Amino acid sequence: MDFSIAGILALDGLTNGAIYALLALATVLLFAVTRVIFIPQGEFVAFGALTLALLQTGKVPGTVWFLLVLAGLAAIADVVDGVRHRHAPLRVARQLLRTLAIPVVVSAVAIWAAPRGWPLFAQALLTLALVTPFGNLIYRLAYEKLADASVLVLLIVSVGVHFALVGLGLFFFGAEGFRNPSFWDERFSAGALAITGQTIIIFGISVALIVMLYLFFERTLTGKALRATAVNRAGARLMGISSNGAGRLAFTMAAFIGALSGLLIGPTTTVFYDSGFLIGLKGFVAAVFAGLASYPLALVGALGVGLLESFGSFWASSFKEVIVFSAILPVLLWRSLRDPHGEEH
Amino acid sequence: MKLVRTLIAAAATLAFAGAALADINVGVSLSLTGPGSGLGIPMQKQLALFPKEIAGQKINLIMLDDASDPGKGVSNTKRLVTEDKVDVILGSCITPVSAAMAPVAAEAKTLQISGAPVGVPPGQDHWLFRLPQGTEVMAHAMFEHMKKQGVKTIGFIGYTDAYGELWLKAASDEAAKNGMKIVATERFARTDTSVTPQALKLSSANPDAMIIVASGSGAAMPEKAIVERGYKGKLYQTHAAATPDLVRIGGKDVEGTFVVSGPAVVAEQLPDSHPSKKAAIDFVTNFEKANGPGSRNQFAGHSYDFAIVMQKIVPVALKAGKPGTPEFRSAMRDAMETMGRTVFSHGVMNWTKDDHWGYTNETGVMLQVKDGKFVVAQ
Repeated sequence: MDFSIAGILALDGLTNGAIYALLALATVLLFAVTRVIFIPQGEFVAFGALTLALLQTGKVPGTVWFLLVLAGLAAIADVVDGVRHRHAPLRVARQLLRTLAIPVVVSAVAIWAAPRGWPLFAQALLTLALVTPFGNLIYRLAYEKLADASVLVLLIVSVGVHFALVGLGLFFFGAEGFRNPSFWDERFSAGALAITGQTIIIFGISVALIVMLYLFFERTLTGKALRATAVNRAGARLMGISSNGAGRLAFTMAAFIGALSGLLIGPTTTVFYDSGFLIGLKGFVAAVFAGLASYPLALVGALGVGLLESFGSFWASSFKEVIVFSAILPVLLWRSLRDPHGEEH
Repeated sequence: MKLVRTLIAAAATLAFAGAALADINVGVSLSLTGPGSGLGIPMQKQLALFPKEIAGQKINLIMLDDASDPGKGVSNTKRLVTEDKVDVILGSCITPVSAAMAPVAAEAKTLQISGAPVGVPPGQDHWLFRLPQGTEVMAHAMFEHMKKQGVKTIGFIGYTDAYGELWLKAASDEAAKNGMKIVATERFARTDTSVTPQALKLSSANPDAMIIVASGSGAAMPEKAIVERGYKGKLYQTHAAATPDLVRIGGKDVEGTFVVSGPAVVAEQLPDSHPSKKAAIDFVTNFEKANGPGSRNQFAGHSYDFAIVMQKIVPVALKAGKPGTPEFRSAMRDAMETMGRTVFSHGVMNWTKDDHWGYTNETGVMLQVKDGKFVVAQ
């Protein structure tokens, strides 16, 4: 191993690490606000990448119909809720509008635009608009009624949601994978390093998103409300912060981050319907490095996972996964020695 | 009144049973849904063209879906052997399901012809025969081609699963036989997002040729990574990669790649001297007449070959007993082992007592990607 090989490996590791960082941030965000360990985070990645791939081929992706079905189910839940609590019809109607408006409009646009072969960038925006509402809807249908259940129950629901989404992914996108065209085809060479435009986009967007998340949590009222819910749900509720609203917002953000990661990773690798799981799992490992609590530590952990993976596959490619997932053990040991605590429910 | 009804029912049962005795029941369990459906559905389409009658006996196809799930495959097999009393089972099209079905079929002493390469060791596969090519015969064709190209050193990159393992073993054996050397061995998982580190190591070893062991669209990523590292040698892909997906994902990066494949899918391009040319052309013409041009597929070819097997073994087995009897079933199995050299659309088959894989080395065809299409390599 010489310096140039180490450089190439480091670049490769950091590029993947940047994606894991985004997913780790989403995982930390969701756990902090809703106590949900969201295993299907990676499915948003696959949904994002494959929805764009199908739009590229001029087909209407299955996610469009899935979005409509989920929105329809949420609307039924709204009506049932309204009837049960004897809300005024106008209030129910307004709630229905809020539930249905975005999914229906976005789906209609997607169905209309799919055969028209929009430019790549417009299709990418459309993909984000299609996948992001899934966060809100999945939270409402799968988690909201259980919001006060134990972490374990929420984790079990996550496993169920994960399998459901993987199965639907196979149904929507088929067993074969897709590779998306690059957003920026430029190549730069610095010595032995070949940096592609896509790498620069990955780094740029990851950094920008992390800065935006920081500003959001530090400077805006909504961000502070989310943080308050994260610190103490009951206390935040007493202060007039809706914990359901916080959960929906957190899930929407997580779905957006997942879809964005999918768009970023799509041009660098072949994405299959079930690719999301391992990608999401590595983000989860990084989030565990951070004790599911700290954003900067999650970032460091994710870059660490990326580097470990890259150097690991260079030295012993058959044991790469073993190396990455074994690395979690000393970290867990260190964490449990540092701050021992009992079960909290 | 009640007596009349009972009599009618009894007569109907007798008539039905009488008819059923003369029929040959063929149980089929394929993955029509789930991840294996890409293989099962083409096999099913070809079975729609299966002969209605063989040696004067009516053929009943009993088609079940195993949903790519080994558990479902087992319950399908149980149903086929206990309720439908089938004489032979075709299935499944994916290895894990076929492997799960094998003990059930063997216990019922029913012949199982698998559409997937199942690695049951010799001796335990008494009732099990395979239609697809084993890795050895494909590796043989690939290394023959390498020898002609003057390849001396080889790099290997493959899946960290059973498919990669089988090929690594076959490639090591063939390399040793031909005096070549495998200088670098790297592995990757289907779900990996990057194989750059492995590609770095392979291209720094700079072998004359590299073998990439992966399937379908997954086969393009490692090749792209290797090409991106500036590797200029020859690239070889295995028969699992001989699908249009390789070209769809790989684009211009896979141009010039050599791919080993069964002969059926390139029927028209086979040299006239190839033994399978006639069968392969017949398969492709009929299949594409029914399913549209360009619909041919490796696994549909296996279904076609299944019909050839049946036509050969049924007349032999009929001499031993009536369809539906244990004698008939075991005679069918024995006929498989003694049917001798048989030309399939996928090569030349010769099952023997010790070899239930059966393909001779006349099966593998080397293709090359040229202008986004597979052409037979010279």
